[in-house]
Amino acid sequence: MSASLLTLDGVSKSFGAVAALRDVRLELAGGQVHGLVGENGAGKSTLVKILAGVHAPDAGTVTLDGQPLRLSGPAEARAAGIAVIYQEPTLFPDLSVAENIFMGRQPLRGLRRIDTAKMRTDAGELFARLGVHLDPDRPARGLSIADQQLVEIAKAISLDARVLVMDEPTAALSGVEVERLFAVTRALRDAGAAVLFISHRFDEVFALCQRITVMRDGRWVSTDPVDALTVDVVVRRMVGREVSAMYPKQDTTVGAPRLQVRGLSRDGAFADVGFTVHSGEIVALAGLVGAGRSEVCRAIFGIDRYDAGEVLVDGVRLSNGDTAAAIKAGVALVPEDRRQQGLVMELSVQRNATLPRRWELARGGLLLGASERRAAAAWAQRLQVKAGRLTDAVSTLSGGNQQKVVLAKWLATKPRVLIVDEPTRGIDVGTKAEVHRLLSQLAAEGVAVLMVSSELPEVLGMADRVLVMHEGRLTADIPRQRATEESVMHAATGQADA
Amino acid sequence: MVKGLRSWDAIVLLALVVVAIVGALTIDGVASPRFWRFVTLEAIPIALIALPMTLVIITGEIDLSVASVLGLTCTVMGQLWVSGVTSLPALIAICLLLGAALGAVNGLFITGFGLPSLAVTIGTLALYRGLAYVVLGDRAVSDYPQTWTTAAIKPIPGTTIPWVILVVAALAVVFAVVLHAMPIGRGLYAMGNNPEAARFAGVNVRLTKFWLFVASGAMSALAGVFWTLRFASARADNGTGIELAVVAAVLLGGVSIFGGRGALLGVLAAVALLGVLRNGLQLAYVPANTLTVITGLLLIASVVGPNVVGMLRRTLERNRI
Repeated sequence: MSASLLTLDGVSKSFGAVAALRDVRLELAGGQVHGLVGENGAGKSTLVKILAGVHAPDAGTVTLDGQPLRLSGPAEARAAGIAVIYQEPTLFPDLSVAENIFMGRQPLRGLRRIDTAKMRTDAGELFARLGVHLDPDRPARGLSIADQQLVEIAKAISLDARVLVMDEPTAALSGVEVERLFAVTRALRDAGAAVLFISHRFDEVFALCQRITVMRDGRWVSTDPVDALTVDVVVRRMVGREVSAMYPKQDTTVGAPRLQVRGLSRDGAFADVGFTVHSGEIVALAGLVGAGRSEVCRAIFGIDRYDAGEVLVDGVRLSNGDTAAAIKAGVALVPEDRRQQGLVMELSVQRNATLPRRWELARGGLLLGASERRAAAAWAQRLQVKAGRLTDAVSTLSGGNQQKVVLAKWLATKPRVLIVDEPTRGIDVGTKAEVHRLLSQLAAEGVAVLMVSSELPEVLGMADRVLVMHEGRLTADIPRQRATEESVMHAATGQADA
Repeated sequence: MVKGLRSWDAIVLLALVVVAIVGALTIDGVASPRFWRFVTLEAIPIALIALPMTLVIITGEIDLSVASVLGLTCTVMGQLWVSGVTSLPALIAICLLLGAALGAVNGLFITGFGLPSLAVTIGTLALYRGLAYVVLGDRAVSDYPQTWTTAAIKPIPGTTIPWVILVVAALAVVFAVVLHAMPIGRGLYAMGNNPEAARFAGVNVRLTKFWLFVASGAMSALAGVFWTLRFASARADNGTGIELAVVAAVLLGGVSIFGGRGALLGVLAAVALLGVLRNGLQLAYVPANTLTVITGLLLIASVVGPNVVGMLRRTLERNRI
């Protein structure tokens, strides 16, 4: 085995009271692909951000080639030869592919003018080394996610990156694109690079990696050669408990139709989407990132207008593009992006928790604070939100507690239809199980729950029925008994014609 | 709920008291009732416009056309008087409707077409002022009945303070209740901090902002009516540049230019503070140019102050690693 190129030892990082990483170790060797697996909230993203120089570790050492490395900014990480490929790269859409690759360090000719010809040929050579075909002159806008990642990889190579961190690169890729990415990754590995590959898909991790590290709750659990591992062993180490406890699904009696969606279409986002969620039912909406799941939820909730179709709650039609009316009709949406959509980070816990109910909490049209405080306190207690004071800004809370505030905010409206979009993304395992228990309990009380989730275990563990979307269309409606990873993934990748 | 003063409000109030006391002790005339009468007369139009401006800036927008709305209202009022509209209530009603309509134009461009309020209201700042010149040209209309003009500046019996300040106070209470104790106000802070999260909570961001610009127009028009009667003069250049005085007061009053933060009490204290400062220094024969410099510095300090404090705090935290 080749010597370690990059080593992390005893790395810890806390955000406020929340320890995201505790005493983590990791050794990346040149010429190897190293898999990193763990549940959402296990600390993988924090680790990536430390390697990318975004966060500085509170404790521990990072060494490169045996030299201690202090990464106090993204530029230094890049200079040290560490490149990170994110799940969704952020390119400059209006610049060409070549300009994106050489942004900030364009080849120059006389009078400090940019040598566009050289830039173009250099970019072409990079793509040739990767064995892919991409036009360096085309604008980045409109490139598929897979191609955008290749641009990022080309950029990394042009920077002589020796450590390549790939953070869930395949989450939004099709089968062919994944194969191409793997070919590129193997080529980089054979050229001596150390690759850290993060993925939720075990088949990929086992196919690509030589060693696998498992993390759980911010801690390092194990690192083993891939030959010594099986999927079952890895899952058990990731979860650290019996999986059934993670998904406390109660059996419920399915009642009358609550949410009916008929022929819903929005140009460029989704087309002819129709389904029904009954009282007491948890229906999962599965699919790859970009399949249009969140867009459908936004349209139902009135955030975006739809071009055709209708949405009914308890048989009453909702008006298009009217969120206030949707809330009044008993719809609640716990959005995907907690920080941008779920919460007003600068406002207090109390204000956030009562925002959708501000009209009903007013006495004689006035809100004098007492009713808001009472309402917020009641829900904070019920969901066990750990907050200093309810008047503290919600930004001071940990991710899991923030998510509880979002849930409290919507559960307090006593919804009849609850839409949750990635309800457990980025929260710790304990809170995750609590959220699942809560959803199950709500369904048992007669709420119709529509759950968007990219985590297959969550989908399979929680849903009575699984709807699958692919490229803006519903491709499958699978009852719980027949739902398996295979059946859902087939439909999600558009392979289910049967 | 026991709610202490927000610290910035307290600082501005304290500054007001200190400046008033120091002024009274050191500058001849500041202690006189006449001085306070002039401060109040000058502060009335600023305060009237600052009330809606506070709400507008808290939502993360700005209305720079207010002084031009005031000017256009003045000229229209003058022209109507010349054309034979002799009922004061009718004149006031027409002016308020006009102001509301001018504000609605702003609101429509901003919320209907999604244009930045800074650009739109700079445009209407020029447009409305231009229209004011179209209406009256270089003429001035100043032959209003004396009963009107004296009524506008009549003092509260037993004092020298003009009674119109009571109207301002009543309106201030209305705006304060809307902002701080009504569901609408909760929505204003939410959309100022994060418009997307506000939408997800069912706040109708565009409609609310539209009505705020309408209110801003109407209040500017009301300030225009007062301006016309106080100076007994309707001219196209009435109130030129006071949008800066208003914005200065709002920001000095602790409202964040980025939206989402601030309270009305601080703004009202800042209106008074700037008025006392300006008039007091005038009495001390400080040249007008220096006054402008001082106002500018105060404005910059009020915007930069909180940022510097935040930056220091962050630097300290970083160094603790």
